[in-house]
Amino acid sequence: MKAVCWEGTNDIRVERVPDPMLLNPRDAIVRVTSTAICGSDLHLMDGFIPTMERGDILGHEFMGEVVDVGRGVKNLQKGDRVIVPFPIACGRCYFCTNDMWSACDNSNPQPAKSELLYGYPASALFGYSHMMGGYAGGQAEYVRVPYADVGPFKVPDHLSDEQVLFLTDIFPTGYMAAENCNISRGETVAVWGCGPVGQFAIRSAYLLGAGRVIAIDTVPERLRMAEEAGAETLDSLRDDVFDCLKRMTGGIGPDACIDAVGMEAHGAHIDYWYDKAKTMAFLATDRASALRQAIHCCRKGGTVSIPGVYGGFIDKVPFGAAFSKGLTLKMGQTHVHRYLPKLLRHIDNGDIDPSFVVTHRAPLDEAPRLYKTFRDKKDGCVKVVLKPH
Amino acid sequence: MAATKWATWLPVVAAGAVGAYAVMQRRGHAHRANGRGTGMLADLESDTRQQLGGAAGVHIEEAVTVNRPISEVYRFWRNFENLPRFMNHLESVAQREAGVSHWVAKGPAGTRVEWDARIINEIDDKLIGWQSLEGSMISTAGSVNFRETPRGTEVRVHLQYSPPAGKVGAAIAWLFGEEPSVQIREDLRRFKQLLETGEIPTIHGQPFGGAR
Repeated sequence: MKAVCWEGTNDIRVERVPDPMLLNPRDAIVRVTSTAICGSDLHLMDGFIPTMERGDILGHEFMGEVVDVGRGVKNLQKGDRVIVPFPIACGRCYFCTNDMWSACDNSNPQPAKSELLYGYPASALFGYSHMMGGYAGGQAEYVRVPYADVGPFKVPDHLSDEQVLFLTDIFPTGYMAAENCNISRGETVAVWGCGPVGQFAIRSAYLLGAGRVIAIDTVPERLRMAEEAGAETLDSLRDDVFDCLKRMTGGIGPDACIDAVGMEAHGAHIDYWYDKAKTMAFLATDRASALRQAIHCCRKGGTVSIPGVYGGFIDKVPFGAAFSKGLTLKMGQTHVHRYLPKLLRHIDNGDIDPSFVVTHRAPLDEAPRLYKTFRDKKDGCVKVVLKPH
Repeated sequence: MAATKWATWLPVVAAGAVGAYAVMQRRGHAHRANGRGTGMLADLESDTRQQLGGAAGVHIEEAVTVNRPISEVYRFWRNFENLPRFMNHLESVAQREAGVSHWVAKGPAGTRVEWDARIINEIDDKLIGWQSLEGSMISTAGSVNFRETPRGTEVRVHLQYSPPAGKVGAAIAWLFGEEPSVQIREDLRRFKQLLETGEIPTIHGQPFGGAR
C-alpha cells in the first residue's frame, strides 16, 4: 500500500510499504477513505518531537471502512464505516474506565520512553513518535487499529466524510478546550491561534454559552474564518493584544483564555526571539509566547485552557501572574472517546458543520507538498484532507 | 532487548520468595509483606539463610496496580504456567508434584537455566512465596503480595537471589541484566496489560517506510 512516511526532519515522503496485518486479538484493519494533516503533525515534520524513527508512518486523523477484525472484536463488522480517535485507549484500565481515555495505562508498547521524560507512561497515539507508542498512522491506504472494540466509532451514511472526519481529533480538541474554560453564560473567551483547533474552540465556546469570543492570529484568512463564526478578531502583528483585550472587556480581562498555538508559536515580540535562540541552542525545547500572553491577559480568577501541544520544557512562564491572579490552568491530550456521542449529535442536528475548515483536498501522493503549504500557511491553507483511494 | 531480559528473572523469583522474607526480617527490614504465614517462614529460615548467604545477593521490590478483582489476579499468578506469557525470558514453568515446579529460563547464546522451586507459603488472595530447592543451580527466594485498593489489586513483588560463581553465575547475571528492578517492572507492566486488556500491546510486524 501507499503511506506517508517520516524520513527525517523536513523529509516526508509517500512510499510503498507492506499492508498492515492483525497483530493482536482486539485489532481491526481499516481501509482509509479520508485522512487529514494535523497542526501537530507539523511539529513532527519540524523535528520538535523526539523518538521519531525513519520510516514511521504518519497520521492520526483518519476514518474509513472496517475490512478485517480480530477474534476479540465483537462489536464491529466488515463494512462498518468508522472514525478512529487519535489516542489509543484500552478501555479497561483505571484511566479509561474513569473517562480519561488519553491517559490510558496499557496502550503504549514502549512506555519506558515517556516514563523517563514525564514520570509516568503516556498513552499511545497513532503516528506520533515512539515515545507515544510507535504505532503506524493513518495517512495510508490501510491502517491497523488496536483495541478496535473501544476506539472506532460508527458514523451514519447520510453524513459525509468531511462532516465527521474531525471527530477524530480537532473538533473534540477544540470542544474540550472550551469545556475546560468552565464557561458561564455570557462570558468572554479569548482564543490564541485560529488554526483548525482554534476554529473549533471558537465554535465550541459559543455552543457552551460564551457571550463573546475574541480570536487572535496573524493570518488574514484564518481571522476571517473566525469572524464567520461570530468572533471579534485581533491581529497580533498589528494590535497590542493585552491593551486591546483589556479595553474590549471594560478593564476586567477575558474570563478564559485558550492557547491553541502550542510549542511552535510565532510572534514579533522579544520573547519569541529569546525562545527561538534558546531552542536553536538546545537550551529549551518549546516556544511559548502564546501561553505567556494568555496567562498575562486572563482576568483574575479566570481559566487558561491549553489544547496547544507542548512536548518538553518552557521557561519565562509568568507564574507570578498566574499565582497572583489565582488562575486555573487546564490542559492535556484530548479524551476524544468521551465527546463522540455528544459531538456527533451536534453535527447531526446541524448545530455545526465541521467541513467549513477544509481548504485543500488531494490524493495521498500530494502529502509532502501539502505538509509544506500547511506549515507555511501558503495558499490560504487551513486544513488539508487526503484521499488515499 | 535489555528491557525484556527480565522476564526470566521472575521465575527465578518464583523459585525463592520466602527466603527474601526470612532475610529481610533478620535484617530488620521494613518490607514485611504480611504478618500471616510467618509461622511457616520460621521453619524455613535457617535453610534460606544458608542458601542465600545472609545479606549477600540481590534484593528487589516492585509493585503494580491491576484494575481487576483480587481473586482473578491471584489465580492468574498462582498458575505458574501463565508466567512465561508476560516474563519474556522465561521459557516454561511446569507444575510437578504438589507445591513443586520446574522452571526453564533462556540464558545467553542459546543456553538455558533450569531449576526446581517449591511454594513455601500460600494464602489465598494474599500471598505466594517460593524458594529454590536445595541443590539447584540458583539459590533464590521471592514473594508476591496481593492487596485490594480503591484502584484495583496492588501486586507487590519481593525478590532475592544469590547466583553461584562460574558459568551459571554469569548466565544468571545476564538474565537479570544491569538493572534487575527495571526488568521486573517491565514484567509487571506486561502482567497488568495482559490481565486488564487480554493482550500485550505491540508494534512488531507493522509496516514502515523503506529507509529504515
